[in-house]
Amino acid sequence: MSYVIEVRQIYKDYQTAAGAFPVLKDVNLTIERSDYVAIMGPSGSGKSTFMNILGCLDRPTAGEYFLDGHQVSQLSGNDLAQLRNKTIGFVFQGFNLLARSNLLDNVALPLVYSGVDKKMRHERAEQVLIKVGLGSYLNSRPSQISGGQQQRVAIARALVNEPRLILADEPTGNLDSKTSEEIMQLFDSLNKEGISIVLVTHETDIAEHAKRQVRFLDGKIVHDSYAQSAVMEVS
Amino acid sequence: MFTAMLGEAWHAMGANRMRTFLTMLGMMIGVGAVVMMMAIGEGAQQSIKKSISSMGSNLFIVLSGPPNTAGARSATGNALSLNVKDADAIAELDGVAGVAPTTMGSAQVIYAGNNWNTSIIGTTPSYMEIRDWVIDDGYVFSNSDMRSATRVALIGKTVADNLFGDDTDPVGKTIRIKQSPFLVVGVLNPKGQSLDGRDQDDTIIVPLTTAQRKLFGNQVPGSVRMMMVQAESDKAMPQAEEDINNLLRQRHNIREGSDSDFSVRNLTAIANTAAETTRTMALLLGAIASISLLVGGIGIMNIMLVSVTERTREIGIRMAIGARERDILLQFLLEAFVISIVGCVIGILIGVGGAMLVKSFTGTDAVVTTQSITLAFAVAASVGIFFGFYPARKAARLNPIEALRYQ
Repeated sequence: MSYVIEVRQIYKDYQTAAGAFPVLKDVNLTIERSDYVAIMGPSGSGKSTFMNILGCLDRPTAGEYFLDGHQVSQLSGNDLAQLRNKTIGFVFQGFNLLARSNLLDNVALPLVYSGVDKKMRHERAEQVLIKVGLGSYLNSRPSQISGGQQQRVAIARALVNEPRLILADEPTGNLDSKTSEEIMQLFDSLNKEGISIVLVTHETDIAEHAKRQVRFLDGKIVHDSYAQSAVMEVS
Repeated sequence: MFTAMLGEAWHAMGANRMRTFLTMLGMMIGVGAVVMMMAIGEGAQQSIKKSISSMGSNLFIVLSGPPNTAGARSATGNALSLNVKDADAIAELDGVAGVAPTTMGSAQVIYAGNNWNTSIIGTTPSYMEIRDWVIDDGYVFSNSDMRSATRVALIGKTVADNLFGDDTDPVGKTIRIKQSPFLVVGVLNPKGQSLDGRDQDDTIIVPLTTAQRKLFGNQVPGSVRMMMVQAESDKAMPQAEEDINNLLRQRHNIREGSDSDFSVRNLTAIANTAAETTRTMALLLGAIASISLLVGGIGIMNIMLVSVTERTREIGIRMAIGARERDILLQFLLEAFVISIVGCVIGILIGVGGAMLVKSFTGTDAVVTTQSITLAFAVAASVGIFFGFYPARKAARLNPIEALRYQ
């Protein structure tokens, strides 16, 4: 079985004035290809830190992390940037689009950093924008469309480089329930196409879209529906 | 990739036009000032060079009268202690290429209905060689004119223009100097301004003997106010100066310890001092202008730092989706670079325009050289990179997680 994500005994400490403060303590997790995982837990449980490590934005204090077969701890800053660019698509709670650029340029941005030429960039950006249902807004600015539409643009941007994995940090946190549902359906269909999705959420109805729920508390995984079902199958 | 970055830089600059313009303004003023000041400096240097070369090379001027005026003495050149025999003796010295005894005065000159007041130089034909002065039209009077004190005259361009206008050829015409008729035998090639700003073309040259006997006749026979002496070379000048001093003191029977009744001035040294002064002035102007260029650079750095802070979140987004450190560095560096280059180009235009204005309003020479433009361009580009680097590096070193969290 090949894993998209394989996390072994990860620890993360933050240095504070009072000394090292442990945020993650011995976290182990494997995520298979085309898995769909919701990470839950209260604030301060370490789930955001864990997502940052998964996204190669942060490095663990100890432990090993393999992303799509690459041992992340051994990669340089430039390699990590390449990995983020090619393997991961990020979706954030606050959409994080560039206000100055139109939708086409926003979606094409990751391709700039993979050295794709301008014509190709715009072609591919247009394709994914059509795919997320925004084909008629190519030249609009983010401020001219609704929150739900902005999140679709962000998802299009995450998809444009055909990643293995989408990491979504509270993707519906700023949206009403109806729009949230639409966004989740978009994630569901992407997952059906074979893209692995890991999303962080507070809301159980959002988490239920995922195939697997993982719950963090005080820097540890306290619940993993996949492990439980495996245990149940064995028993 | 690079063109995409350049597009981004344009985009970012366009997003905040007023701020970009003000930042550029600093650069424009700096570059404009440098180009203009260098043009003024260069213009001054060129006009000095022209004056120096119009003077003739390796020149001494020997004036009658004491070299310094410690007490109340008559003005140098008035005592008439020199005479043509002194000149002949100096001409025999080693290292001396030529001597031209000279007497001067001013007189009213008349031709037809026009009259003009100008300076009259009475001298020998060798004066023309010493001053490296040629005739545009006609011929130089000869030594036989000297001997017979003929009434012939060489007239300067300014005199020709004022007496004859454009239509009449002065050569062969007769003018009246102090009521005596003089035949114009030649028109002098224009020399322009002298080092002290006199118009060298506002003059008439006549044979020395004629001047002494027929124009300024109330003088001791054979005496002259001054002599122009040309040394054979630059190297021969110090020895020639000493020899002239010794020779004249001996001829004038001046005892050891007494003051000379003449003075020798090294015109070339004076000219070099003038050239050196102008050069220093040009450097000073350039240096002062460079300070404004530096201030412009600091303005760029300031704005880029603000820009990096404002766009922290954007930097975080870019990093998250795969920008490497060097991509972020390049983006901000390019932005600073474009601001400074665009500012520089406009500044060069301002500088060139300013130099032309200075020239047309004050008449001061202002010469914009390609060198000064290249220099301004190179300095502005380096200023852009230098002052853009720190903010760009700051941006590139941001922690993506903190940058993404930045509100």
